[in-house]
Amino acid sequence: MKRPTIGAWAALAIGVAYFIVPLIGTVEFSMRIRRGTYSFDAYRNVLSDPAFWNTFGFSAAAAVATILVGTLLVVPTAYWIRLKLPWLKPYVEFITLMPLVIPAIVLVFGYLKLYNSSSYLPLTGQAWSTDILLVCGYVVLALPYLYRAVDTGLRTIDVRSLTEAAESLGAARVTILFRVIFPNVRTAVLSGAFLTFAIVIGEFTLASLLDRPAFGPYLQLVGANKAYEPSALAFIAFAVTWACMGLIQLFARDPTARSIKV
Amino acid sequence: MSFLSIEHLTKSYGAHQVVQRFDLDVQAGEFVSFLGPSGCGKTTTLRMIAGFETATSGAIRIEGRDVTHLPPNARNVGMVFQNYALFPNMTVAQNVAFGLKVAKKSSADIRTRVAEMLGVVKLGQLADRFPYQISGGQQQRVALARALATSPKLLLLDEPLSALDAKVRVALRDELKALQRTLGITTVFVTHDQEEALSMSDRIVVMNEGRIEQLGTPFEIYNRPKTRFVASFIGTLNILKVHVVDATRGAIRIDGQDVRVGQQIAAVDGSDCAVALRPEAVSLTDPGNGCNRLTGRIEDVAFLGAVVRIKVGVGGDRIMLDRFNSPGLPPPVPGESVTLHFAPEDLVPLEAA
Repeated sequence: MKRPTIGAWAALAIGVAYFIVPLIGTVEFSMRIRRGTYSFDAYRNVLSDPAFWNTFGFSAAAAVATILVGTLLVVPTAYWIRLKLPWLKPYVEFITLMPLVIPAIVLVFGYLKLYNSSSYLPLTGQAWSTDILLVCGYVVLALPYLYRAVDTGLRTIDVRSLTEAAESLGAARVTILFRVIFPNVRTAVLSGAFLTFAIVIGEFTLASLLDRPAFGPYLQLVGANKAYEPSALAFIAFAVTWACMGLIQLFARDPTARSIKV
Repeated sequence: MSFLSIEHLTKSYGAHQVVQRFDLDVQAGEFVSFLGPSGCGKTTTLRMIAGFETATSGAIRIEGRDVTHLPPNARNVGMVFQNYALFPNMTVAQNVAFGLKVAKKSSADIRTRVAEMLGVVKLGQLADRFPYQISGGQQQRVALARALATSPKLLLLDEPLSALDAKVRVALRDELKALQRTLGITTVFVTHDQEEALSMSDRIVVMNEGRIEQLGTPFEIYNRPKTRFVASFIGTLNILKVHVVDATRGAIRIDGQDVRVGQQIAAVDGSDCAVALRPEAVSLTDPGNGCNRLTGRIEDVAFLGAVVRIKVGVGGDRIMLDRFNSPGLPPPVPGESVTLHFAPEDLVPLEAA
């Protein structure tokens, strides 16, 4: 391999600076709540605020629900398309990409129109049913990531042969799905799940317009009313996201998930 | 009554018939091979027996029970795939146990049966390995143990040896055959390798373009090929264009030389037809029993070690013959004029394709 040139090092340095400098600036600012000295008071204020824990807990629960619903929707769909309906694949891929094209605000206005309290299905009428709607919305937002992750996972195993082998051994479709397919795309589902978690934790539009006590609107509220705490909060949110990425790396190293060596 | 009976089975994709009126009766304990080039319909037929493809028409019966429209998981048929299809998330033992777990056997029964099956395929020491940790040959033995663990009525093998390297392939071939004989399980084997089919089968079904070309024992298929396709597909063979002099007496003419065929020929006197002749049936020395003789000129000599393959030009045709190598007998030289000897019975008239 060729030795990296000065130019390559310079490019790398610019890239790192672009990423690191704002972060350092944010952290530095968040610690200047007391005049003339650095302190963690802003972090203490944030972490001691019960609203922080309540909204974070709400969003974390919503994220877990989103992951469960999304996985149960996406894995069987992607499996069935690979096995029986390969001609549908481009269409489904297109549909799963829609959330990246259509802004969440359009989605939520559609929901409010369709499910308002005077509609046939008044999901927005009560808190618990609005939560269901919120999770459904999150599943839609997570689709591009979940579907792609799962489909990539399915590509690494021979779906057809494994299904036929299990069938000839007497297994029914549900058994095959839960005992053969799910365990073999576990890593892929996990990486999709952590991406979903990161999206849901910081999501603002859906939660705000459906008026749910989620972490995203809380971030906005704090940002609008305080000076130093938003920076602390931004850094905490950032740390949570990175913790998610770290967990993906950790689980992706699962030894049984490697492909078959011939 | 036959154990596996297939009647008028057909499979079409749109207007294209992949399997045409397939009829076959397999006896209990028999080892039958479907042999043919790729695209001949052999795998489709096997997949219809397994239930992975639905038959367009016809019927499949196992032990008298019509299974034509049953799903694969209700047929009690064991299957081994070309690419092993082991579950990557399970150990060797868990793979073998899968069918037993699905059948809701007790864990004690499962443990006993798994140990027994791994013993049969001589892999007891690898029970806790994952598929990616063992070799291809070992993986295919695990697949075999897994297929046999549930005591299926019928064992289906879809080119199980094709993905393995030559040495392992031959070893596993012998092992597979020995195991099949010991267990006495009725087996259908799909292959495109004539050597595998000849060495393992009780009977061979030679298929071409969705049809059965010939059905018979390896001995019959090899020595008495019925059609030009079978003759050219099985082994190396001379196919000669001959002139029929007297069809009832079996008199023909090759390059103006009179030759006899050991049977009647289904052709009109004075017409041309094709006959097959195995290279190993032709000899350069006269056995002295009034056999056929043909004179020709040696065109090419190939020394293959144990055998010497000699090509002799007779008129416009070329006849290939094999002779065992002998240290005291140097191979002949091209250009030499020789006489070929072969018995009338070794000339096999072929049906027009």
